[in-house]
Amino acid sequence: MQYEAVIGLEIHAQLLTESKMFCGCPIKFGAEPNTQTCPVCIGMPGVLPVMNKKAIEYVIKTGLAVNCKIAPYSRFARKNYFYPDLPKGYQISQYELPLCEGGGIGITVNGSTRKIGLTRIHLEEDAGKNIHEGAGNHSFVDLNRAGTPLMEIVSEPDIRSPQEAAEFVKKLRAIVRYIGVCDGNMEQGSLRCDANVSVRPIGQKEFGTKTEIKNMNSFRFVEKALEYEIKRQIKVLNEGGRIIQETRLWDSGKGITESMRSKEEAHDYRYFPDPDLVPVEVDDAWIEQITAQLVELPDARRQRFITQYSLPEQDADLLTSERSTAEWFEQAVKSGGDPKAVSNWMMGEFMRLLNEEGKQIDESALKPKQLVDMLALIDKGTISGKIAKTVFEEMYKTGKEAEAVVKEKGLVQISDTAGIEAVIGEILDKNPNEVERFRAGDEKLMGFFVGQIMKAMKGKANPAIVNEILKKKLGS
Amino acid sequence: MEPYQLTIEEARAAIGRSEISPLELTEAVFKRIEAVDERIHSYLTLNKENALVRARQAENAPEQPLAGVPIAIKDNICTEGVRTTCSSRILENFVPPYESTVTTKLKAQGYVLTGKTNLDEFAMGSSTENSAFGLTKNPWDMTRVPGGSSGGSAAAVAADMCIAALGSDTGGSIRQPASFCGVVGLKPTYGRVSRYGLVAFASSLDQIGPITKTVKDSAILLNVISGHDPCDSTSANMPVPDFTSGLGRDIKGMKFGVPKEYFIEGMDKEVGESVKQAMNELESLGGIPVEISLPHTEYAVAAYYILATSEASSNLARYDGVKYGLRAGGKDLLDMYMNTRQSGFGAEVKRRIILGTYALSSGYYDAYYKKAQQVRTLIKQDFEKAFEQVDIIVTPTSPTPAFRAGEKTDDPLRMYLADIFTISVNLAGVPGISVPCGFTSQNLPVGLQIIGKHFDEETILKTAYAYEQATDWHKRKPGL
Repeated sequence: MQYEAVIGLEIHAQLLTESKMFCGCPIKFGAEPNTQTCPVCIGMPGVLPVMNKKAIEYVIKTGLAVNCKIAPYSRFARKNYFYPDLPKGYQISQYELPLCEGGGIGITVNGSTRKIGLTRIHLEEDAGKNIHEGAGNHSFVDLNRAGTPLMEIVSEPDIRSPQEAAEFVKKLRAIVRYIGVCDGNMEQGSLRCDANVSVRPIGQKEFGTKTEIKNMNSFRFVEKALEYEIKRQIKVLNEGGRIIQETRLWDSGKGITESMRSKEEAHDYRYFPDPDLVPVEVDDAWIEQITAQLVELPDARRQRFITQYSLPEQDADLLTSERSTAEWFEQAVKSGGDPKAVSNWMMGEFMRLLNEEGKQIDESALKPKQLVDMLALIDKGTISGKIAKTVFEEMYKTGKEAEAVVKEKGLVQISDTAGIEAVIGEILDKNPNEVERFRAGDEKLMGFFVGQIMKAMKGKANPAIVNEILKKKLGS
Repeated sequence: MEPYQLTIEEARAAIGRSEISPLELTEAVFKRIEAVDERIHSYLTLNKENALVRARQAENAPEQPLAGVPIAIKDNICTEGVRTTCSSRILENFVPPYESTVTTKLKAQGYVLTGKTNLDEFAMGSSTENSAFGLTKNPWDMTRVPGGSSGGSAAAVAADMCIAALGSDTGGSIRQPASFCGVVGLKPTYGRVSRYGLVAFASSLDQIGPITKTVKDSAILLNVISGHDPCDSTSANMPVPDFTSGLGRDIKGMKFGVPKEYFIEGMDKEVGESVKQAMNELESLGGIPVEISLPHTEYAVAAYYILATSEASSNLARYDGVKYGLRAGGKDLLDMYMNTRQSGFGAEVKRRIILGTYALSSGYYDAYYKKAQQVRTLIKQDFEKAFEQVDIIVTPTSPTPAFRAGEKTDDPLRMYLADIFTISVNLAGVPGISVPCGFTSQNLPVGLQIIGKHFDEETILKTAYAYEQATDWHKRKPGL
């Protein structure tokens, strides 16, 4: 039997606010345990939460970016459960009345674009962390993270393949990074993704029994974990078994999902409206104010890059996946760079060097103007495209200007016809057999001669002139 | 007259005239505590050493409105550095690292904290018998309860072991003990006073208020503790009037509503008579009685015990042995949780946590919690409609005078039903005050409850003051 997968995603995005959701504590990672806390986020007796308005704005901003309906009236609710990292014994979240509902994100896989619907976006507080290492037969609790604002984005079960799921997360990550509400770091957990996945025979309308997959902390793992889980479910069904509704954990080391707990023993969270907080009322004026802060989003920018700069789709995709990359590109073009040439260098050498260091483009010292100046040297014939790679790497590493690098390293291209002719004469004299074979029709030897000449001239000869003279000499 | 018998108003005047110093006053109050609290047991923690330091400091700033005035605080209001137990084993040794908003405000006015007073554990009860640290006795009759849950505060005021006190009121916990102890207790409008630092029982109902010897003192304290607090989202951002300024104005033409549902079967005859006489007194002062109806009253107790316990079941989840307070050992996490809560909470608290957990459970939520919220809305509307016809509503505070200790402990439902007159006021969020309005033949105080419109404490204070000035119930003292 042929099966298809049905996938819905739940994404938790840590918001880039300066302070926590319900108190004034700073959000700082890597601080000594329990130093970024106060009576409120520790859950002392008698304390009360006060909403962080910025966090609400960030959620509305996200909602607007993905075409959600912004609720004029929403409410916080308590989700009750016991856990040591949850200081109040309940998490303040949203239940019946979330901040945003509806909307969707367009994703493209294998050339076809589909809209994945969103169910809701809501705001909640994060829990702390239990630490088991170095605690002997005890556990420690670190509440630095407790109360950090988290935005939960829930998709409709519209996703049909692991590739689509990964693409959805990528797209969403790009959006939250573009609008500056989340840094999108999946390894550090500021963007976390859980998936609900089931399979059903193709053509069947009803959903199969789903499992929830947790702990997929990269795009690649989202794809791999779902691939594994879908195969596992199909195998169970084909062998006549049935799927158990449960939570499963992705183990990236083993490359499998493993059962964590079954829904039968799941909590009854006893949600009810939090009486300590007043409802959130969002009026049109507030929405307008937030709309005015919205930047151009990845899709719109990608479309503009294709039309305005005549870039191929692939270039536009890559250049717009990060806001900082897109901005670097546009600055380079504004400084006079040819769009396609700039794009080639960014997607080629620049990305290679950044990847080697694991850096983002905005962490590099290289300025767009420096690339443009180097491109001008190529156009003028001062350096060859090949030498330019050396120049670029040097610029990247030292931050020096192209011209300075060329001068210092003596990389100026030799275009002196007499000099080049003399070297060519020498090479041809040294290799009479090859000359003969060439003249007899073995034209592939052209490359051999060019290589020898370039080697003799340390690569600095102007290749156009070398070719011209060589052809003339061999032809005679 | 002894200095400890002074009201806030009198103490300020005496200090202003240099007839007594803050230190002398404070010392006199502590002497009184030492003389009588062994029998009454109002206080769980005394703050004598700090109090004397504060009293000396007050001598340098005698112009502060509460300079050197010894005030007792109910032990569910957090005081930085001073143990705050909520009368629970689970917080027996808990010393808050922060100060509540109300005591911060009192501090800024120069008050002297005498100590922390007994209550029903986590304010759950009507007799202070649910304290993990012993009963408080009613100063008028040592065999009887002082009421609750602010029984320690009310008894301390009645027995002159402080000049005034703060209590908290979720379903009558200020007004009922004030009535049982023959003092004045005011529950402000929900949102009038910040709850920051008040250990939560039922967040949508809890409100801090003064327990005092006179109506004037009630207004003086309300002036200090009222107002918007950025730390409490449910505190109202609206101007606070001077609550003392209207005192002394007449109440001619004021319409006072008498709910026909409130003179219930089972009401003590003498209480009923005292309250009727008080209504006659109001009429002779120019008030006009109007019969009104609060038709949903009979559902109030049921709705209250669902909503209050639901919120409590969540509010008390934080006492898990992990961060502070009692931790009982266990073989694993679940075991530790269960042992801690098993040994840390008393029977009534457990009963309410279980009730509330049940009411919020999936499958029961709509039938209980949601239904109770709907009833709450109807009760609110009852009051809104009534207040279209009248300026205030007058009722007994409690259907009976103080009952004997142990009399109702085996019958929680009977105990709950006795809160019938006070509970609706919390559900509606309106303000209510209890003032002494007579004594039974056994010399037990009776309280009159005056209920006002939202944020109209001025009118109930004005009425209570006019009544108090026309009578002398408040001048009687228990023989100790």
